[in-house]
Amino acid sequence: MTSVLIALALIFTQLSLLAFGGGNTILPEMQRQVVEIHHWMSAQQFGAMFALAQAAPGPNMMIVPLVGWHVASWPGVLVTTLAKFGPSSLLTGIAMQLWERFKDRPWRRTVQAGLVPMTVGLVTASAAVITQASAHEWILAAIVAACAIAASTTRLHPLLLLGFGALVGLSGIGQI
Amino acid sequence: MSTPASLADPEISRTEPTVAQLFTGFLLLGLIGFGGVLPLARTMVVEQRRWMSGKEFTELLGLCQFLPGGNINNMSVAIGLKFRGPAGALAALLGLIAAPTAIVIGLGILYDHYQDDPHIRHLFAGLAAAAAGLLVAMAVKIALPLRRKPVAIAIALLCFLAIAILRLPLLATMLVLAPISVLASWTLDKGENTP
Repeated sequence: MTSVLIALALIFTQLSLLAFGGGNTILPEMQRQVVEIHHWMSAQQFGAMFALAQAAPGPNMMIVPLVGWHVASWPGVLVTTLAKFGPSSLLTGIAMQLWERFKDRPWRRTVQAGLVPMTVGLVTASAAVITQASAHEWILAAIVAACAIAASTTRLHPLLLLGFGALVGLSGIGQI
Repeated sequence: MSTPASLADPEISRTEPTVAQLFTGFLLLGLIGFGGVLPLARTMVVEQRRWMSGKEFTELLGLCQFLPGGNINNMSVAIGLKFRGPAGALAALLGLIAAPTAIVIGLGILYDHYQDDPHIRHLFAGLAAAAAGLLVAMAVKIALPLRRKPVAIAIALLCFLAIAILRLPLLATMLVLAPISVLASWTLDKGENTP
């Protein structure tokens, strides 16, 4: 149990410090760690957890305590939450002291702009990895496509689209 | 920490939040924020509770976007810290994640309990597919501004290849690609600024 908690702490501390461009950039690495390396769950379960976290209110990284809970119950929730939010919060505190000094330096803008293509690559990778885990029947692939198109071209509320997906899923059409 | 110059200006009345107000304010945000808390945070902090000006908010956001971590998580820490030090930061962050954590684990327990029921399994499969679709839309949205920048597209593609196809570790990928990406953007910037 202790070794599992230590593994969780290490994984999520690293993810916390690498999440440039927000939480969605680290999903593929999170999945690689918890599914492929540690075999704590299947890719499908990971996809379902991501979906649960999206359906719940709040910041978009609520998959983190969910993974902790699945792997190691309440101690897991505590460890993953601390590891995910602690290091980046400390960094925020330190940076606030220095921000006045470096916010107008040219390198600050250069670094920030320079990381944008990375963020795009990582979020696109997240979309691919999560889609691969979720779209294992034609009907599910159709839901992915329909929601992607609707979210890109209309101003429908995300919850409405999640509800649509859940209802089509519930109908059982095209699923075994 | 902040001594508002606006004290002399009767038009703008700022109220500095207490630790308890930081907690309850972000607790509310955590509960009502679906699919993006940040715009709601701005409304609450700047317009409704008048903890800071829009300019101050934008400046803090600039810092938070520069750092790793979700913007809204970093914002809660930064705002808490600005007004009430570490206690304020802790109160704001805990407020933000407490309710969503409880809700998401409640949903997780339900899912674990009923995942053998075919109806529930079908429902969650549909939900997961919809969530994937939303993520695809987000990827498209942030990728579109790169469309006339071949170097940026190449770096984004390399990053995609490393992470999604080759499944390489994120740390190693970033250590290699981030400096290349920053260097490329810097060189191109210089090129554009010199006639």
